[in-house]
Amino acid sequence: MLKIEGLTAEVEGKQILKGVELEVPAGEIHAIMGPNGSGKSTLSYVLSGREGYEITGGSVSFNGVDLLALEPEERAATGLFLAFQYPVELPGVGNALFLRTALNAVRKARGESELDAMQFLKLARERLKALHISEDMLKRGVNVGFSGGEKKRNEVLQMALLQPKLAILDETDSGLDIDALKIVADGVNALRSPDFSALVITHYQRLLDYIVPDRVHVLMHGRIVQSGGPELAKQLEAEGYASVQAAA
Amino acid sequence: MPAVTETIDTVQSVTEGTYKWGFETDIEMEFAPKGLNEDIVRFISHKKNEPAWLLEWRLKAFALWLKMEEPRWSAVSYPAIDYQDAYYYAAPKQKAKPKSLDEVDPELLKTYAKLGIPLKEQAILAGVEGAGEAPADAGRMPIAVDAVFDSVSVATTFKARLEKEGIIFCSISEAVQNHPELVRQYLGTVVPQGDNFYAALNSAVFTDGSFVYIPKGVRCPMELSTYFRINAKSTGQFERTLIIADEGSTVSYLEGCTAPMRDENQLHAAVVELVALDDASIKYSTVQNWYPGDAEGRGGIYNFVTKRAQCRGRRSKVSWTQVETGSAITWKYPSCVLLGDDSVGEFYSVAITNNRQQADTGTKMIHVGKRTTSTIVSKGISAGRGQNTYRGLVRVAPSAGNARNFTQCDSLLIGDQCGAHTVPYIENRCMTAKVEHEATTSRIAEDQLFYCRQRGLSEEDAVGLIVNGFCREVLKELPMEFAVEAQKLLQISLEGSVG
Repeated sequence: MLKIEGLTAEVEGKQILKGVELEVPAGEIHAIMGPNGSGKSTLSYVLSGREGYEITGGSVSFNGVDLLALEPEERAATGLFLAFQYPVELPGVGNALFLRTALNAVRKARGESELDAMQFLKLARERLKALHISEDMLKRGVNVGFSGGEKKRNEVLQMALLQPKLAILDETDSGLDIDALKIVADGVNALRSPDFSALVITHYQRLLDYIVPDRVHVLMHGRIVQSGGPELAKQLEAEGYASVQAAA
Repeated sequence: MPAVTETIDTVQSVTEGTYKWGFETDIEMEFAPKGLNEDIVRFISHKKNEPAWLLEWRLKAFALWLKMEEPRWSAVSYPAIDYQDAYYYAAPKQKAKPKSLDEVDPELLKTYAKLGIPLKEQAILAGVEGAGEAPADAGRMPIAVDAVFDSVSVATTFKARLEKEGIIFCSISEAVQNHPELVRQYLGTVVPQGDNFYAALNSAVFTDGSFVYIPKGVRCPMELSTYFRINAKSTGQFERTLIIADEGSTVSYLEGCTAPMRDENQLHAAVVELVALDDASIKYSTVQNWYPGDAEGRGGIYNFVTKRAQCRGRRSKVSWTQVETGSAITWKYPSCVLLGDDSVGEFYSVAITNNRQQADTGTKMIHVGKRTTSTIVSKGISAGRGQNTYRGLVRVAPSAGNARNFTQCDSLLIGDQCGAHTVPYIENRCMTAKVEHEATTSRIAEDQLFYCRQRGLSEEDAVGLIVNGFCREVLKELPMEFAVEAQKLLQISLEGSVG
């Protein structure tokens, strides 16, 4: 499980996170909502270890490990997965090769055996089928020439293959039509288990109709200002963030 | 750019003194004295028991060389070379053919072992009697090997199988002895003795190299391959390769190299001549991994090579593919002279420069025949303080009606101390010709690296993956066996290089 205490972070000298307190127990899915510029994406990058984000205070422990002390790839190996808001294109790199390399890197770090091309293909086909994603996805360059929806589907496919313990979905729903939204939701719901947690970062209630969260938190000005059950998301949808601001 | 700085540091730490194949075998040499003069040229010719016409040919080249000056137009810099302070002839002592691997010089076998050459191929390379006659492993394309160990070919293989097809694949010294009429007919007709400074030097003192002749209508049943090694201290190596594809024939030739570590710079000035007649096709692939020098560029190979093909026949085709990861300095422009109507020239290149490596490489496509077409795809990767220049010439003669060229030059920069330069020359004298040039320069972006690392890839693996993706168009042109080796090499060359 994930425990964030008093987390403060700066980007280019500007303080963005101002003392985030958050606990996600194993098996739970939590949503983080908030207006633009509240620090949602910064939180996901700080948790996954992107450079350029300076942590000035606080701690993050993930299943007892000090997450902030690890390199990004080590965090991935412990089971952290970030579904990117804007998945990155890797020209000339085949999607299948990329996915297999990633899967084997993570398996190796976990002390599991690496999969050869045939074993991988079998597994990938199973996952694709379960997610109703076309096999063509494997043959193309990583995210190159993908539509917005295809990129997000590819993120979900990667998540399904890597089987993380904690998935952070950074506005994965932005720019998605309803079909793509369902695929993303199915991907997350399929992973639901007592040792899987997710942090769903979103602007809108819409995604939460399909991924029903155990808890909803409102992030504003770099702090969690309100927490509640799934009904909080509906309230925000109806009343906007102004009501929270007033309450805070 | 902290990621990039880290990367450079890693690249540096990895490359320093860790050249994987830095070793030197201790085999007795029969040296010619140091220096270069007419007597040395005569000594070499005599040692090789050459006919008078070839000695005359060499002496003419030497006379031309004396009057020439080292070219200075390329974007590379290096201290002056003292041509009198090098050996121009060194050959391993050759006894009768060994009966088995037990009789082969163990030092030689160690060399091959370090290069990762399988035992069976070692036997073939070492010239063990009867080796290589056994059928090839099922499912694996056979490769015929002509090994240039130092200056003299110590072994040729699969000869019997090739002979059945009428194919000649041997060292050029053997060809001079056994097929003098072919050698005399073609030698120097693509790259004349006085073509350039290094070609003239090569013509005067070349010691060995490969010779290939594919008869009319024959499709060569296997990849032909040469392992090049430079192995004697301070011995410049001057290979001479001549490949002739007669009408309607097809051949794929592979050239790959590694070299031992040493302190002094080693000059390497090879000449490769290809001749394709009507409807013939030659594919020439190179993976070059010579010692690039230490982090400061000391001790690396100077690779000053002249490679040229003539598509003499109608519908003939020559395709050059090169992966250049080694050498301190690379100066190399594999070219195609497209004489025959409808002939085709191709050049696919990956060049990596790291640390202090310098590469000035590219191609020349000379369109003379009607409807001739050429394709150039060049991928340059610079890391550390490497300098990478693409220099290319596309020349279309008035006679080359409806000729077409497409050129694509992409550069990838790793770190902020390296350089990439593109120098395309286009000379079009034909109204109906179409010449296209595209060029891009990019960096490995921080978000690409982070994306890969978030998925669990180390920085190193991420760079390897991105670089291999960048080079994909070229790598897919390589024969299978080579493609795998080339991918590994790219990774090794940029190891840690995250870049």
